Amino acid sequence: MNVGVRQACRLVTAYRGNLLSLTARSARTMSTEEKQPGPVESTIREKLSQHFQPSHLDVINESYMHCVPPGSETHFKVVVVSDMFDNEAIIKRHRMVNGVLQEELEGPVHALSIMAKTPKQWEDSGGKVSKSPACRGGMGQ
Amino acid sequence: MSRVFLTTARFLRTQGARSAFLRALSSEAADTGSREHIDGLVKKDKVVVFMKGVPQQPMCGFSNAVVQILRMHGVDNYSSYNVLEDENLRQGIKDYSSWPTIPQVFLSGEFVGGCDILLQMHQNGDLVEELQKVGIRSALLDKQPDTDKDKQ
Repeated sequence: MNVGVRQACRLVTAYRGNLLSLTARSARTMSTEEKQPGPVESTIREKLSQHFQPSHLDVINESYMHCVPPGSETHFKVVVVSDMFDNEAIIKRHRMVNGVLQEELEGPVHALSIMAKTPKQWEDSGGKVSKSPACRGGMGQ
Repeated sequence: MSRVFLTTARFLRTQGARSAFLRALSSEAADTGSREHIDGLVKKDKVVVFMKGVPQQPMCGFSNAVVQILRMHGVDNYSSYNVLEDENLRQGIKDYSSWPTIPQVFLSGEFVGGCDILLQMHQNGDLVEELQKVGIRSALLDKQPDTDKDKQ
């Protein structure tokens, strides 16, 4: 990979702060209202809405945090709160979400961070969404 | 071994022969993505991680998070495989565990999850238990109980 790009990634990474803070802090969901969602984001939202009938759904395009061109739709975080996760282990929940988004994961989506909760868990957590780790520059491979 | 590989890879890259080298590599290592091969890898060690980069230099934030979490639990002695060095392994491990993303963590040959799951297990205490099951005492058990009081 181009050394210049990698260095730029590092700078951005450093700017965004220590990765360890991800275990210590939570960030409120970033608003996606001000920007028009891209086609991939819309598809993800649609598929998750249809399948899980979620009481809460966030689809966050985090591509800007990574070394990809502006406007990319490669890195996403989804927050899905649904009754369908009742009595399912976390790994099963993630498999359910991955399954619904299989096409996207085989295609344009490079990274998917998943938060899958039951309505009760979501309420208990106060609606907190943990922060995603900063990029480390390995996208160009 | 991996150091030699990296040095060689860097040298070849500078020589502009990278694509030829990778072609040769992928044909030689055609079976590294096979179920049998990966089955052997995941069962070789108590803790096995498939990641982007190496623990000393992770090339992805999610892989780095896994490394940092394991480090917090004092787990340093684990097998790690860099999927960026082997396209067959990169696809093979996804097929093996039916899991579309990297990193992937295995405990005693059993798939545990990726970054999100490991992080959640770390936060809710499950990771300490799971490590115990495979005979590893988490370093967090020996620390002050308030060390991650502000994790919320």
